[in-house]
Amino acid sequence: MRYLPNSPADRQAMLRTTGHAHIDELFEQIHADLRFKGKLNLPGPLSEAEILEFFQQAAAESSREYVSLLGAGAYSHYRPVVVDALLSRGEFFTAYTPYQAEISQGTLQAMFEFQTMMTQLTGQEVSNASLYDGSTATTEAALMALRITRRRRVALARTLHPEYRQTFQTYVRHQDVDMVEVPCAACGQIDTAQLESTVDAQTAAVVIQSPNFFGALERIPEIASITHRQGALLIVTVTEPLSLAVIKPPSEADIVCGEAQSFGVPVAFGGPYVGFLTTREKFLRQMPGRLVGQTVDTEGRRGFVLTLATREQHIRREKATSNICTNQSLCALAATIYLCLLGKAGLRLLAEQNLAKAHYAAGRLREIPGVVIPFTGPCFNEFVVKVPSDAECLLEDLQSEKIIGGLHLGKFYPGLANHLLLCFTELVSRTAIDRMVEACRQFSATPRRAGSIGATVTAPGRG
Amino acid sequence: MYPPELLYTKDHEWIRVDESVGTIGITDYAQKELGDVVFVELPKPGDHVTASESLGTVESVKAVSEIYSPVSGEVTAVNKKLQNNPELINSDPHGEAWLVRVQLTHRSEIDKLMTADEYEAYIQQEKAH
Repeated sequence: MRYLPNSPADRQAMLRTTGHAHIDELFEQIHADLRFKGKLNLPGPLSEAEILEFFQQAAAESSREYVSLLGAGAYSHYRPVVVDALLSRGEFFTAYTPYQAEISQGTLQAMFEFQTMMTQLTGQEVSNASLYDGSTATTEAALMALRITRRRRVALARTLHPEYRQTFQTYVRHQDVDMVEVPCAACGQIDTAQLESTVDAQTAAVVIQSPNFFGALERIPEIASITHRQGALLIVTVTEPLSLAVIKPPSEADIVCGEAQSFGVPVAFGGPYVGFLTTREKFLRQMPGRLVGQTVDTEGRRGFVLTLATREQHIRREKATSNICTNQSLCALAATIYLCLLGKAGLRLLAEQNLAKAHYAAGRLREIPGVVIPFTGPCFNEFVVKVPSDAECLLEDLQSEKIIGGLHLGKFYPGLANHLLLCFTELVSRTAIDRMVEACRQFSATPRRAGSIGATVTAPGRG
Repeated sequence: MYPPELLYTKDHEWIRVDESVGTIGITDYAQKELGDVVFVELPKPGDHVTASESLGTVESVKAVSEIYSPVSGEVTAVNKKLQNNPELINSDPHGEAWLVRVQLTHRSEIDKLMTADEYEAYIQQEKAH
């Protein structure tokens, strides 16, 4: 953002125009008691050189030197330099597509490629041109199911990202929508027996995540048949889409949605992220957001257009399919570049690396007496580990080893205190895994309780 | 040009009432205003519709418009031809392109609707605006 300073003379000129003698007069409407009169607790101004030094130092101290085992919906993957080089080209680097979108054929073509790749990865027929993020995409998918089925109940798996569930609740709070949760079984997957008794003829959709919040793959075909037997739709959320390079796509689902941040978008203090949503062609007109289609111009040449715009907010206003008005074209473009660059073989290789690292780490951790890997469901690059005493202390130990040690699940699931959710991407080296395992071994040999001094590590804000 | 056996709404739908069953469509004026129709979204047989409330949508290349039901009742039939041939709405809006049949629950609702002559006068007025 541009900083536009003004001089005392500028301010005087403005006050003359508004007819005020002093700037304080502008605040007179605020009662004197409510106005803060002390000195603001802010550091003094810095010169340009000092500011640069401040941030360079902060950067040096921060996660760059750290190995991160945090996942839980946000994944640290290597970002090839090509992504930013292409992304920051002036032709792409504008905030919005113009209202006459067809003038930007390059942008539309990139979105079309994004849609194509998302349908291929998710095993669905159509994709939109991205949504705000994974949590809102999941909510939009559920709203879509409510429109399609004209039913009022949604069943959310307890293994769905807790913040995604919160987002859904925020959306439907003042609507006539009934929300039920499907519990998790001992294996870390949803309890299908419970699901069977939960889903009924009033249920619009069952929303699951796979790999789920605990990293375990859900049994999608089985869940799909339970769901479809009652005429409900199955929504599968994917927060780690890299998994789709080695796992069978959830083609039994009616809607697949989630977060594509893994594909070339950095973990940057909570955003921006990029949501996706793919579905069956018959549900095309209930799909929110924008969609780019391929066509031919009057001379028969290939071209791209925004399709179904008649259902969008800028034409249909309050009757639009959805009131979502932000898509994440630039982040979707990053994902497109990333996926094109890696290609099918590269993506698979990368996914296999993630898989191998997580399974190596799990094997090593399992050897430590007192450390338990409680869930048996198959996992991709994330899994849960239970440590013998206060997990916060272990996180401190790991931090002093320059390892950000995963998410303490007690924050979201009271029954899972001292359970850590660990994620292993290609950025975690084998030496780092071994160091982590060693720290866990020492911690387990001499269990500690909270009360020791040191910073606690929390998950990077998804907000 | 507007068939005298039909009744009309201010939202440009028509209804033909035989006994207690109403056949509903959109008017020639409506199809001209919309332009080329590309998709029609209709309720399912068994669904309930309410007078003056939306029973579905018509999508043209220009816009998506609500179809407001002239009467309340239960949908007994839906014109399946429109699924693959929505352009029938442009070619034969008062005939082949009927949308739904409804079993009327409040027959008196049709008393509020316009006759062909009244509707003709109404759209002349609309055009003048």
